[in-house]
Amino acid sequence: MRRFEAELTELNNSLIEMGAMIEAAIAEAARALAEQNREIAEAVISGDNQIDDKEKEIESLCLRLLLARQPVARDFRQISTALKIVTDMERIGDHATDISEICLALIGQPYIKKIERIPRMASATTGMVTRSIDAYVRKDPELALAVIKSDDEVDGLYFAIRAELIQLVHADAANGEQAFDLMQIAKYFERIGDHACNIAEWVIFFLTGRRKNKQLL
Amino acid sequence: MNVFDIAALNLWYGNFQALKEVSLAAADAEITALIGPSGCGKSTLLKTLNRMNDLIPGCRISGDARLRGQDIYTELPVNELRRRVGMVFQKPNPFPMSVYDNIAFGPRAHGIKSRLALDETVEKTLRAAAIWDEVKDRLRKSALGLSGGQQQRLCIARALAVTPEALLLDEPTSALDPISTGKIEELLLTLKKDYCIIIVTHNMQQATRISDKTAFFLLGEMIEYDHTKKIFSLPRDKRTEDYVTGRFG
Repeated sequence: MRRFEAELTELNNSLIEMGAMIEAAIAEAARALAEQNREIAEAVISGDNQIDDKEKEIESLCLRLLLARQPVARDFRQISTALKIVTDMERIGDHATDISEICLALIGQPYIKKIERIPRMASATTGMVTRSIDAYVRKDPELALAVIKSDDEVDGLYFAIRAELIQLVHADAANGEQAFDLMQIAKYFERIGDHACNIAEWVIFFLTGRRKNKQLL
Repeated sequence: MNVFDIAALNLWYGNFQALKEVSLAAADAEITALIGPSGCGKSTLLKTLNRMNDLIPGCRISGDARLRGQDIYTELPVNELRRRVGMVFQKPNPFPMSVYDNIAFGPRAHGIKSRLALDETVEKTLRAAAIWDEVKDRLRKSALGLSGGQQQRLCIARALAVTPEALLLDEPTSALDPISTGKIEELLLTLKKDYCIIIVTHNMQQATRISDKTAFFLLGEMIEYDHTKKIFSLPRDKRTEDYVTGRFG
């Protein structure tokens, strides 16, 4: 049993490590945008392989634990939750890469607007990701619920950016191309918020057996 | 209607209390699993339902145990109880006689002498126990020549031959290989539509696979009784969770 406990601790530590990797990727993607920094953007893109490797490592560990330990009750919920959230975490890493790729295309172009709200989206979504993983590790359903609630702020920022960009395109059609790129970036951050919510919902399943008010078990 | 209704059941072996205020209901067409560490009282409860504790010196029982409303200890003759409640043990225990005679033993003891009726019962119950195809050509040979898994299915068939209402099984697969275990589990799932089945098992996965309800016992107390899905996914009591996840003690 001690060995199983050690394996579960290893699983948690791996999730914490992957969480730190994706939080850094989001923050760095936002910095690459704000500073129009090629090196930072390229580092985020190349770092995605490590995130993918970490995902596979965690999946492999979960599958080995399911096979060898045939877990029940909280162990079963914990391992199945890890197997689900790791997919959302990997997608978050992909979105950081997507954002960085657009950043590379924008390097050298003066921005058509001051980049204010996108860094706020980056900060809010990084916080959501951090707290959703913390909720899993600390087994804290309140923190998971707080993550889900905070998605409203990210959605609000997304719609404000969208409205602003539409106005800029109306004012001058030449803004269209860059407005489209910035819109995509905002959309990726909005999706990162959604993935953090998915993680939080699975954490609630882990702790209560319920997901989106439905008893799964 | 419940087949068994047990209320505030206590059992002592001398000064040792093996069951403490156990209350449990088991219904038709359901499999109930009894789980818990060795010595927790689950086999004692099973034996109580078939009155196999009566002759143990110093055994005292209080509380209520009913079979379809009739008190097992005061209203039912033991012979009738054991016809209506079949028992299968951990180690297959075929009688040292032919396959046919093993099955015909119970019906003969209950007065059935007609060869035709016995032939019919033997085939019907061996088919019900999913072993007919394997033994139909060796009905007159000794049952002791069958494999462990076949012997256990023969014992289930023998229990079915006297048309019981309930089957009690005490770790029926613990001595069997995974293939034989799988056959017994399939058999129990098929039989459950016609019988109330109570099974003692140490195999958590087996309880998860075949039972509808699970009762967890500890030191003679029934700690938790709920739908199996609930017990193995989200148990209410920490002691249940610690046991099913292997953290007990």
